[in-house]
Amino acid sequence: MRRVRDWFANPWGQPRALGAVTWLYMAWSIVPVCIAILFSFNNGRSRSVWQGFSTRWWWGDPNNSVLHDPSLRGAIEQSLKLGGLDMLIAVPLGVGLAIGLTRWRGYGARPVNYLMLFPLVTPEIVMAVSLLLVFSLLYSIPFGTEAQTLGQVTFSISYVVIIVRGRLLSIGPEYEEAARDLGASQVGAFRLALLPLLWPAVFASFIVVFALSIDDFVVTDYLSAGQSTQTVPILIYSSVRGTATPALNAVATVMVTITLLSVGLAYFVYRWASRSQPATSGSALNEIAALEV
Amino acid sequence: MTRRWFWPSFALPGTAWLILLFLVPTYAVLAVAFGTVDPIFAKPIPVWNPFHWQFDTMRYVLGQLKPGHTFWIVFVRTFGYVAISLAGCLLIGYPVAYYLARHARRSKGLLLVLLVIPFWVSYLMRMLAWIGLLLPDGLVNRVLMNLGIISEPHAWLAGQASSVVFALVYGYVPYMILPLYAVLDRIDRNVLEAGRDLGGSPISTFLHVTLPLSKNGILAASVLITLPMFGDYYTNDVISGSPRTSMIGNQINLFFQGGPQKNVGACLVIILSLLLAVLMSYYLWITVRASAETKESLL
Repeated sequence: MRRVRDWFANPWGQPRALGAVTWLYMAWSIVPVCIAILFSFNNGRSRSVWQGFSTRWWWGDPNNSVLHDPSLRGAIEQSLKLGGLDMLIAVPLGVGLAIGLTRWRGYGARPVNYLMLFPLVTPEIVMAVSLLLVFSLLYSIPFGTEAQTLGQVTFSISYVVIIVRGRLLSIGPEYEEAARDLGASQVGAFRLALLPLLWPAVFASFIVVFALSIDDFVVTDYLSAGQSTQTVPILIYSSVRGTATPALNAVATVMVTITLLSVGLAYFVYRWASRSQPATSGSALNEIAALEV
Repeated sequence: MTRRWFWPSFALPGTAWLILLFLVPTYAVLAVAFGTVDPIFAKPIPVWNPFHWQFDTMRYVLGQLKPGHTFWIVFVRTFGYVAISLAGCLLIGYPVAYYLARHARRSKGLLLVLLVIPFWVSYLMRMLAWIGLLLPDGLVNRVLMNLGIISEPHAWLAGQASSVVFALVYGYVPYMILPLYAVLDRIDRNVLEAGRDLGGSPISTFLHVTLPLSKNGILAASVLITLPMFGDYYTNDVISGSPRTSMIGNQINLFFQGGPQKNVGACLVIILSLLLAVLMSYYLWITVRASAETKESLL
């Protein structure tokens, strides 16, 4: 017993007990998701008892598989559509706001800075309720894709600002000043010196906004117009306690695969794009990791 | 020459967006909470002019918040669940972040990737995974029965407070580990060696050097996960689905997606926001301070 304890405490090297805790945590956090993915290949209707391998819930079943059930396919399509729209609108707005807030030294900058931070700390249900009320009572925007996009962009902008501003602060104003000294106009200095340096951050923003969008549940659900505009998280929420088949696991697996593939791809493109950039603090992984915080 | 409007014009579209879709909607909550209700259709009628606001609904809600009344029970339950979940997240998160920052060597890259993966797996997908395991005929019950710990399947998903807390910890702990890791990773190793050289045991060095230096990180990470937990209703809905475990978020959701009394829901939203204002201001303050420090250190 004592030897076991000493081996774990390991006073002269790595603390094995801490290591064990860490690896156990990693297993605990990831194995359940892997099991859920496995169950999308179950041969029975159950999501908890394994009845052999099959692809019936993916494409085999003519009615209830992901490929053939219009409500399942619709949820995936709606998730991807909103993700795309959110990226296209939130990233330009956020990049502009980040540049404006970093370079602009006037009276307005401080209140706008606070306004930009507020969506990050507001609980999502508070934001969802306020958007629901204002859309139905003041703006008369119909619920559905438009309202969902407006809502998602609102909480995505701040993340873009945080990412791009971090990059801007580490670049500093020197490159633009040099361009101006060499005769570039203000617009020219921005386009030729600043923008190329910002690309990695802009790129990272696209990925983060996409991930935020397809992971979002509360705002998207509050602003949805019933079944026709339900996304994958809404589908999971509304059917997971019922008699959902492993096709639900398959739909969730599709989304996980898309996200992880795009993040993995983004990571390599990001490293490739920032290889000739001035050194910034921390590795690309740290930056991508820090994005969510 | 630098034109004065050049940089502000970059910020203009984003600012306008946030005013129209964040600031105005927040005001709409006030207008509904302090507005009136259509007597026939029971629909809320917002009152935009603050001089005409009525506080009857708010008074009713505050009355329900007195000890022993409906909302009081829900609020106390929410605080209890969040406090226990937060403690659980810290107990799991701190050792993991500590090991990653201080001791992981060859495996560090792999561990960091594993740590980040839950961020990219949708929250509800992670809940779905546990629901499959916790179903009456799920893996958890079968393992426990084979080990002889329980004799018949336990109904984990039928309104169990313990399951809700467990799910909250599982859902939010990744959001805690990453900022903790960032703080612990930044602690200068020389400071730790100084602690050891001055005769401190590993434990006293941890207590007198590492822990105080990571205090701010612990606070920030705690606030970061506490804020969304207070507004969470979906974890509760999918894991328990019973009014016995309902939290503030469930109560608010009920008024907006279920029942007609949207003005009561709006009052609850205001009260929740006021309760969280302290935490929100703290987080805003450290964020602004951190970005000011980065600015200074780079200039």
